[in-house]
Amino acid sequence: MKSVKHNGEIRIGVYICHCGTNIAGKVKIEEVVKYAQNLPNVIVARDYKYMCSDPGQDLIKKDIKELKLNRIVVASCSPHLHEHTFRKAAEEAGLNPFYFQMANIREHVSWVTKDSKEATEKAKAMVKAAVYRVVFHEALEKKKEKINPDVLIIGGGIAGITAALTIADAGKKVYLVEREPSIGGHMAKFDKTFPTLDCASCILTPKMTAVKDHPNITLLTYSEVENVDGYVGNFKVKIRKKPRYVDIEKCVGCYECIKNCVYKEGKFPNEFDEGLSKRKPIYIPFPQAVPLAAIIDPATCIQFLSGKCKKACQEACERGAIDFNMREEIIEVEVGAIIVATGFKIFDPSQIPQYGYGRYPNVYTSLEVERLVNSSGPTGGEIILRDGRTPKSVGIVHCVGSRDKNYNIWCSRVCCMYSLKLAHLIKERTGAEVYNFYIDMRTPGKGYEEFYLKLMEEGVHFIRGKVAEVTDWAITPEEEGKLIIRVEDTLIGVVRRIPVDMVILSVGLTPQPDADEVRRLLNISCSKEGWFLERHPKLAPVSTFTDGVFIAGACQGPKDIPDTVAQAEAAAAEALALIDKSEITLEPNTAFIDEEKCSGCHVCIALCPYSAISFNEEKKIAHINEALCKGCGVCVAACPSKAAQQRLFLDEQIYAEIEGALV
Amino acid sequence: MKNNNFEPKLLGIFCNWCTYLAADLAGVSRMDYPANLRIVRTMCSGRIDPQFILWAFRNGADGVLIGGCHPGDCHYIEGNYKTLRRYKLLKRVLKEMGINDKRLRLEWISASEGEKLQRVVKEFVEEIKNLGPISNDEAFKKLLTSTKGG
Repeated sequence: MKSVKHNGEIRIGVYICHCGTNIAGKVKIEEVVKYAQNLPNVIVARDYKYMCSDPGQDLIKKDIKELKLNRIVVASCSPHLHEHTFRKAAEEAGLNPFYFQMANIREHVSWVTKDSKEATEKAKAMVKAAVYRVVFHEALEKKKEKINPDVLIIGGGIAGITAALTIADAGKKVYLVEREPSIGGHMAKFDKTFPTLDCASCILTPKMTAVKDHPNITLLTYSEVENVDGYVGNFKVKIRKKPRYVDIEKCVGCYECIKNCVYKEGKFPNEFDEGLSKRKPIYIPFPQAVPLAAIIDPATCIQFLSGKCKKACQEACERGAIDFNMREEIIEVEVGAIIVATGFKIFDPSQIPQYGYGRYPNVYTSLEVERLVNSSGPTGGEIILRDGRTPKSVGIVHCVGSRDKNYNIWCSRVCCMYSLKLAHLIKERTGAEVYNFYIDMRTPGKGYEEFYLKLMEEGVHFIRGKVAEVTDWAITPEEEGKLIIRVEDTLIGVVRRIPVDMVILSVGLTPQPDADEVRRLLNISCSKEGWFLERHPKLAPVSTFTDGVFIAGACQGPKDIPDTVAQAEAAAAEALALIDKSEITLEPNTAFIDEEKCSGCHVCIALCPYSAISFNEEKKIAHINEALCKGCGVCVAACPSKAAQQRLFLDEQIYAEIEGALV
Repeated sequence: MKNNNFEPKLLGIFCNWCTYLAADLAGVSRMDYPANLRIVRTMCSGRIDPQFILWAFRNGADGVLIGGCHPGDCHYIEGNYKTLRRYKLLKRVLKEMGINDKRLRLEWISASEGEKLQRVVKEFVEEIKNLGPISNDEAFKKLLTSTKGG
């Protein structure tokens, strides 16, 4: 083993966890204990059912005191889960917490090895690596930093709104950034919510207004986060405010500009109505928009396209709110925590050509139908087809793009329930025959199953089977002029053709197309599918692996409104727990320069991604600013004279660990 | 020199943010892979001193797998690019030393790619099994007797 100096006698305690049967079911614990006992410097080796439990920790604490242990090794799960627990236990027993090393024999051994003998051998090697390494550990001081108490929330849907209000009500300052011209997200587009059939905007609009009026919330709509710098407690964020060409401070949402626009009628697809209505180049996204202010779309406005508009809108605005010369603005804010609530996109069903979306005008997505049934929607809530007819029969196709390995493998969780809701609303308002085509009904929420039973009583038809095709190819006279849904009814085992006037595709939920950019911006992870990854699926569902960054709502995975709100409040609570500490302890894994060894070659200086290393002209050596150093160790690996070192990852420690793992 | 009974010793040096988490995910998802790989963690793959790898070979590793974040995804902005540079240089050095450079492998494995980790380990174990023990390589003895430097 590489020799370096360490003070006094090394007394190591090794603790091997059974993790119930998670480890003990595969690894022969007794053998590992016996093996550990005979490793150099090991004073005691013990095992316990659950090392992370109180009795387990007490075992360690007692040994530290009674056996005068000065190094601790725990062989259990991933350090990402319990390193903190055991460091704290060591500290409570009076030992510096960094005289501790963890061997991961669960995630990296028992759970991934088939053979018990091989697993036991591998566990021994991992324990040995930790025992060899911990010899070279040293007492370290935890760095403390002040936490900025302000919070940034990205995304102004129901998740972002809820989180913003919770934090603002707790007396903290919130920046809420939304890229669309109004907050509200998808929920603002819905008519009713399942299963209570509450009016969505009646419960959402007061919250949207509360956001606007809250003294602790700075609302930045039509804005995007451009850059995030810094770290937990001290993020520096650049936000790009896109020009909306209307001063929201002056605009009162009186619609005069819109009425006077040179376009007499709307000409361009209205995004909020899913393209089912038309808007003008100057518009207000929807009547309950917050902020209630007009916006000009430069891609369709004559003034921006040709510069030759008579600008009737500007003339009509008594308050002089319209400003064609408005420029993009970059603002900088400093926050201590960030909540990501960027939501989802709906699955684009034109990817499944056999369902006819985009080909047959009477095939709709569920979100389009949400707008159709909405009393503030393009038809005032009347359910009519594009040709003005009221449908007499409607087919709702479940699981479009969901639970299908050709598209998205996951269940989108909300489609069953919103399909039932739409079925109810359509039946109620048109009296049409409604057919639901489902693979499985999934209604696992409070009152959801009851809602399903109610729909069955209402006479909605349920046909179990995945729809094969939607076609207009009639083979009987009664199918003429209709859309025919071809499906195998798997309950009675026959292939059926159901002619309907209207087809609704219950599309699934997909990650935002730019989730990857957001992920990079914030240094968080995405699952394979593109949903943001939580720190732990059960125990840390709103935290990420980047400290100080939390996730809420459907950006983490498909969710309905109650779950989204609950998670948003959880994320807010986590953020509050963080910023309320006012001080944060940082890992001491920063790099430093041994002045004696530094030859002043400059190699490290150019490599540092954080410009934390400078050259001390007087001493002719490098100097690391530890406040800027993030502890990657790139400079350490490059230093030709080994003058640069990294705490917690010293050369000796890594050499010893490698040796232990292999020999 | 193929030897079917030969069980290679492999060392994995994984970055804390991507590949180590991928290995954790493989565990949580119970994706089994050969027990030959022993994992050491660094905060960034950019911390990996090429001498760690030589030290591993010196201590009997038949292969070393470096795991880092995909290009553009480094938690420390660009540490993995430095890893790539060092990796390529070290491959050349290994060849010159008479060690088969296939014994060193670099893979970008993100936190969500438990499956990729499983596949890579399986592949790598097979590949090193085909190469045989590192003592087959002509320069190994020379390496054994040399100091590890540093």
